[in-house]
This record gives sequence, structure tokens and C-alpha cells, in this order.
Amino acid sequence: MKKREFLTVFLLLLPVLIYFIFLFVYPFIYGLHLSLTNDEGKFTLANFIRFLTDPWDANTIWITLKIAIPATLLNVLIAMPLAYYMRHGIKGEKLISFLLILPITLGSVFVAEGMLTYMGPNGWLNKILMALKIIDKPYRFTHNYLGVLLALIIQGFPFVFLMLLGYISGIDPTLEKAASILGASRWYIFRRIIFPLWMPGIAMATSLNFVMNFTVFPSAVLLGQPSGPTRVISIAAYQWAFEKFDFHMASAIAIIMGLVELIFILIVMLIRQRFFKIVATSGGKG
Amino acid sequence: MKDFKEIKIQNLVKYYGNRKVVDNFNLTIKNGEFITLLGPSGCGKTTILNSIAGLIPIDGGSIYIDDECIDDGKRFIPPEKRNFGMVFQNYALFPHLTVFENVAFGLRIRKFPPSEIRERVINALRMVHLEEHIDKYPRQLSGGEQQRTALARCIVTEPRLMLLDEPLSNLDALLRIEMRYELKAIHEKLGITTIYVTHDQQEALALSDRIVVLNKGKIQQIGTPEEIYSYPRNLFVAHFLGFRNIWNVDVIHVKDGEIEFKLGDFILNAVLNEKYKEHIHNSIRDKKKLYISIRPEDIKIGEGPINSLEMRVEVMEYLGQVRQLWGYINGNLRIEISTFEKIILNPGDKIKIYIPPERILVFPEEDVQ
Amino acid sequence: MRRIKFSGILYWIAIFVYVFNVLGIIFTVILNSLSKNWYTDWFPKIFTLEWYSYMAKEHDLTQLLFATFVVVISVALISLLIGYPAAYIFARYNFKFKNVLLSLLLVPMLVPPMTYGIPLAAMLYKLRLATRISGVILANLVPIIPYVVLILYPFIEQIDVSYESAARILGASRLRTFVKVLLPLTVPGIFTAALLSIVRTIAMFELTFLVAGPKSQTVIVALYYDAYAAGTRPPQAIDALAVVYFLITMTFLLIALKFASPTQFVYRGK
Repeated sequence: MKKREFLTVFLLLLPVLIYFIFLFVYPFIYGLHLSLTNDEGKFTLANFIRFLTDPWDANTIWITLKIAIPATLLNVLIAMPLAYYMRHGIKGEKLISFLLILPITLGSVFVAEGMLTYMGPNGWLNKILMALKIIDKPYRFTHNYLGVLLALIIQGFPFVFLMLLGYISGIDPTLEKAASILGASRWYIFRRIIFPLWMPGIAMATSLNFVMNFTVFPSAVLLGQPSGPTRVISIAAYQWAFEKFDFHMASAIAIIMGLVELIFILIVMLIRQRFFKIVATSGGKG
Repeated sequence: MKDFKEIKIQNLVKYYGNRKVVDNFNLTIKNGEFITLLGPSGCGKTTILNSIAGLIPIDGGSIYIDDECIDDGKRFIPPEKRNFGMVFQNYALFPHLTVFENVAFGLRIRKFPPSEIRERVINALRMVHLEEHIDKYPRQLSGGEQQRTALARCIVTEPRLMLLDEPLSNLDALLRIEMRYELKAIHEKLGITTIYVTHDQQEALALSDRIVVLNKGKIQQIGTPEEIYSYPRNLFVAHFLGFRNIWNVDVIHVKDGEIEFKLGDFILNAVLNEKYKEHIHNSIRDKKKLYISIRPEDIKIGEGPINSLEMRVEVMEYLGQVRQLWGYINGNLRIEISTFEKIILNPGDKIKIYIPPERILVFPEEDVQ
Repeated sequence: MRRIKFSGILYWIAIFVYVFNVLGIIFTVILNSLSKNWYTDWFPKIFTLEWYSYMAKEHDLTQLLFATFVVVISVALISLLIGYPAAYIFARYNFKFKNVLLSLLLVPMLVPPMTYGIPLAAMLYKLRLATRISGVILANLVPIIPYVVLILYPFIEQIDVSYESAARILGASRLRTFVKVLLPLTVPGIFTAALLSIVRTIAMFELTFLVAGPKSQTVIVALYYDAYAAGTRPPQAIDALAVVYFLITMTFLLIALKFASPTQFVYRGK
């Protein structure tokens, strides 16, 4: 690269580099530093040990996993057949996508607030279910595990669905035609052609959705029992930071959060590689 | 092996929305024939191919193989049960499978024993000269090699009918000619009945036993390459197969397959070919105006016994073997000539030319496309 | 259609159930904020606007809206100023580590805010920027700048470089070429990026929540505090604030949809 060109590239990228280093890399290092030191600034692993040995805190990892994993699996398993069905486009696609992005755009706080009334004892959901004689007295949808799970599905499903749809509709439709002319049944085509080509997208959507679910915060507070069964790891981190004002502990929890997310993603990637060779997601043309 | 006598497509109709993209398509294909559907893009040729494959539902008509109904709108054999083969324009190779697995795909579904699969795949790959690429992935192959893989995958299952959808259009010019030759050789060798779709008249002429020329969903002409090339039935076919110099003329009189007409200030004669007499005679009997067309290479330079004209040259192109002349006759009618004669002309030069009367094609006006 | 599909019916049922519940949630919030004594009936009998005046009195609504707009607009503008040059470089130049850099930029968009938010908040507290508007803006820049770069990058890339070359050959300086040629051609991209980042910042709860103080919080954070302390005020008043938030978000969402496709809200981010 010529010197002049290098200068242009460097100068125009400088703002982004500064942003990235000071607002992302530095806070991360700062957090890592905080988590490994005590108030006197001495190196220590005490923060991690304290979190992992205190059952009240350590348990949040399991609580969060118990919410995040089922929510992720449900989202992916519901979204997959729907995205498969919609892969060649469908009537009213624009309207459907608009309705689907509504809960994503409005965000978890608004959805949680709405769910509290809509799914409450006098809410429409219970009224409808009772009118349909599915239940005979109001069912408790909120202030429990179910409430948080439902919130994660309402928020996560459209995200997973639209992402899976993006990946599957990127698979060249002539591949299916070619396979069917060669004698393959629908199920065979799905198993041998679509699924392997879709796998990178499924892995991506699963990982991202899990990471979102694992860091659930407002839904767990507003729709669950934040001091009991839905005391997720984010709540623990928040409480250490802003109720006990111990940023050392809070940063340690944030690091643990990041590690769990990383481990989950690695497991997903491992499964993917174990069963499927990595392929380019673009279609048959080279 | 491919034990049927003929494939019969009758009154095939297909709509996209309100638009009729295939209008009463009728064609009978004999076992072993190489048929080409030729036409510009949007003429319905790919739709017909997909209908035959069973990839899209038809809106009317029927497709039979001998007495076996493949599709008549009610009875429908799905594509995977038809035992056809198809090569797609973009080849549609499975990107996550090796060349071997791509070719073996159809054989695995048919549950052949592994040893036979291996043998057949290698045979097919040998036929397209790809043995050494057997373990590569499609993205590691060149365009031509991908094309060959697609072809091998198509022939390996010994299909009853082979459908080729513009298979050469994504290749560069040299490779296209080479692959054309290979396609022809494979067809000669295996004798698989083939329907080939293309917009390239050269490919159609070179490969086919018979050509079906299509426009706007309608059949324009069915015939051997020779018939189509020399005796197009209407202006559309003529133009599509390289006839230029299409002029509107005033009829003076018509007699026994000879027509005298006025082109600008010139009086010219045309002699109708035997093949045409009937067809054209009926349609032009009372016409005052007609269209005529002459291939650029059929116009001769020099003084002729009849049909002599004077041309003002505007541009001369040197094309190696031939020279292409562009200019005007009668002041304002554009004319295009190609000649082997080694002449050198400058813009503005006037030359004598003549048109052999038997080379002139005559079309009634309603043929205008 | 030849084959009527069972799967088709299941598909429409699933979409219907989902959409029905989402719309139910939204309409519940709206109706509840306008109703009085709505318990057992399907629809409220008495409509009132009193919860809105109640809510406006409880919160300093002007201050709240002002803070929200300042944060949202500043984040969009700063992100454009930082993101545009970077997007331009990514679109026009090839250099070593380009792909590495692009994937690195993806990270702040993909890592959930709760994970990096705590150390970021700790740093901003240390720098005494937290609880101020400037701190809220800085925190919100983290996911938005990469988002803007990734929206603008293809926009600039699809504009043929020959327009710029033509301008330069005609004698325009680099700056003039940018102002007169590239900038006007990328206006749609700039609008898309700005609107999408506005929509995201309005809805960004976690980061704002972690660094905002009482005077610098946005509507979504105020709504959270209301819902958190649910016992202290009537739920209808909370829903009134939720409706205010809903209207702001929807306004920008609908404008944004004029420029961007719905999938862009999901794809290049979250």
C-alpha cells in the first residue's frame, strides 16, 4: 500500500479505532482488572471464589441456565419449521415481519409491563382461555418461572425466526429441485441438503439467542420472582454493583457471565463441526 | 434401457397470475431424440421444461410417456418418481458434497450397493473427463468443471429423459463450444432422449434433431435445424435465426410462386421455395403489402441478371473471413451485407449489388412480431 | 394449488397465536392507560385521561422527554460522524486486517449489553461520567457505532466508484467530491442508519439503566422503575407512561420502515 493511501485509511479509521479501544476494549480490561483485585488494588481470586462458593450467588448460574436453555431450544424448535415453510416467500410477508419485529423494537421492559396486565388474573388471556373452557379459574402466567420463559419466547422467537429465515432463504432453491429430480423425497432433501446447509445459520441463531436469554434482566425482575426462583445472574451482578457498590465482585460476575456464554457457543460450534463439515452458505455456484 | 416410444405433450397451458406464459404447447418427442426449445428470454421455454420435470404445476393439458400419464392436472407423478435428469443453468451442485457425493446422490436414493455406486460414478466422471477431481468440492471447481459434474450427476442414473436448462450460458465463449461438442458426443453415445432449452441459435442448430422455436408462449415453428434455418415460417423465426434486411414492400403481382414487388424505386422479383408455396400462397393472395427478408450473406456484389440495386456504403467492418457492409439503398433503406470478397470500400462509395430471387423470403404482414 | 398442506395450516396457526398475543399485550397497555375500574369486563366501561396527568405530575415529563431526545439524537449524530468515514474506508479500500477489523466491530453488537455493561459502568463511574447525560450517550455509542458502520458500508459500496473518479477528473478536490457527490448519493443510507440507531437507542434499556442518574434517564428506564415499584402507584399510570414510550418508538419505527426493511432490525445486530 502506498504511503498516501495508508494515511487516508488510517486517518479515516482513527475515530472508530479510538471508539473501539476506549469504549470496548479498555472497559473490558478494566473490568478484568477489577475482578482480579480487591479494594486495596492487590491481585486476588477472592471475588471469583466468593461468588462460586456462596450458594445464594453460585446458584444463579443454574437458575439462569434453567431459564435460558429451554427458552433457546423452544425458540429454535418453533422457529425452524416456520422458517422452513416460509423459505420461498409467502403472502403478507411484509406485514408478518412488521408484526414480528414489534416486540423486538419495543423492548423487554414494555413487553413485560404489557404482559403483567394482559396475562394477569383479570387479563384478556385468562378471560379468553376461560371463555374457551380450556381453564376454569385464572391461571398464573406471571410472577413465576413461566412468566420469564414466556417473555423470552415473545422477545426471542421473532429474532430467531427472522434470522433462520434469512439463512434458509439464502439457500439456492434450485438445489431442492435438482435433488427432487434425482429422486429424493422431501424428507430426504431436508435431511441431506437443506439441513446441512442451514446448520451454520441455526448454530448462529442458537448461540445469539442463548446469549440474549442468559443475560435476561428486566423480564426476570418484572415477570418473575427476582428474590427466588428467577434470581438470574444479571440480578446478582446488578445487586453487587448498585446495591452493595462492590464493582470488583460485579465485574467478576460479568466475567463469569461472559465465560458461560463463551462455553455455550463453543459447545454449539463443536456440535456443528462434529456432525457437519463447514460449507459456504452461498448456493451452488462458484 | 429407456424403454418408451414417445413422450406426448398436449395442449400444455401455464399461467403466471393472469399472464398466459405457455399457450397450447403440443409436442411429441420420439425416444432418443434431441429436441431444443429455442426462443428469447421470457418466451416460456424454461416454464415448459419445468412443467415437464414436474417442478411447477400445470394449468391445462397433459404429458404422457406412451400410455403412462405423467401429469394432466389431476394425476400427477412427482418429480422424484419420474426418473428424469436435469442440468440447471447454475448447475445446482450441492455445495456441501464432494464431486463424488454429488454424482452419487441419485444412486444412493436408488439404494445401489456401494461397489456399484463407485463404479457407476467413476464411469460417469470418466465420460466427462473429471476423474481427477472426484474428491473436490464444487467451489473448488472451475465453471466448466462444475458443468461437467452437473452433467455426470444427470446421466449417472440413466434417466428416461434429460432436461437441460441453458446449461452452457454461464460459460465463456470457447468453453461453450467445447462443452457443446461434449454434450453432443454424450448424447450420441448414450442416446438419452433430451430436451434442451436455449436462446442461442448456434447451439440449437449444432445440437438438435429438431428445434421448437417459441415466442410469447406460443410455438412459432417446429422443424429440423435445416428447415428452421433456411425456411423460417414467419418473420419472428427469420429474425431470430439471423435474417436481416427486413423490408416492407408493395406487391405488383403474384403468379405461380413468383412475386413481383416494388422496394422503394426498384422492381424486384422473388421466387418462392417449394416448401413455402402452399403456406405463403394462401396467406398473401390478396395482400397489397408484404414483408421480405434476405440474409446478409445471400446478397451478392456486382451486376446480376435480375434484382440489381445500387448501395451507398456507410460503414465497412472487417471480420476476418468476411466483410460486413452497412449502408443504404434507395436513399433511405438500411441494408446489411456480408461478403467473402476481398474488396476495399470507403464510406460514401456506391456499389452494384443484386439479390438472387430464390433467396428472398416473403411473409404476410400479420407475422410482424 | 395442487397440494393443500397440513404444514401450511400449522404455520398460520402459530403465526396467528403469536401475533394475537403480541397485539393483545399492546392493546392491553393502551386500553388500561385510558380506563377506569376495568376488572372483570372484556372492555373498559369508563374512559379517562386522568392517568396521563397523574403520570405527568409524578415524573418531570418534560425533563424525561428532553433527556431522551438529547441522548437519542446525540448518539445517532456521533455514531454517523464516527461511523461514516470507517464505512467509507471499508467500502472503498482493501487493506490487511480489513476482515479482522470488521469482525472485531461485530463483537460489541453481538455481546449482550448486560455482559459488558457492568465493567463499562464501573469505568464511567470512575471517570465521573456516569449519572450524567454524557455518560449515557457514551454507553449507548458502544453497540450503535458498529451498527451504523455495517448499515452504511453496503450503501457506499454499491455506489459506483466512477462517480467519484469523474468528479476528481473534472477538477473537484477530495472534500468537494465528498460534499457534492458522495454525500448526496448516500443520503438514503444516512437516513436509514440514523433512524435505525434512534429506534435502538430509545429501546436500549440495559446500558442506560446501568449508567443513568435521575436527571439523565430515558423513558424506557423510567418505565422500568415505575413497573419495578409497581405497588407505589396505580398500574394505569404506569401504562400511561408505557403508551408515551410506545408512541415515541412507533413514530420512529414507522419512519424507519420507509427506508429500511424489517429484517434489518434483526440482522445486522442484536
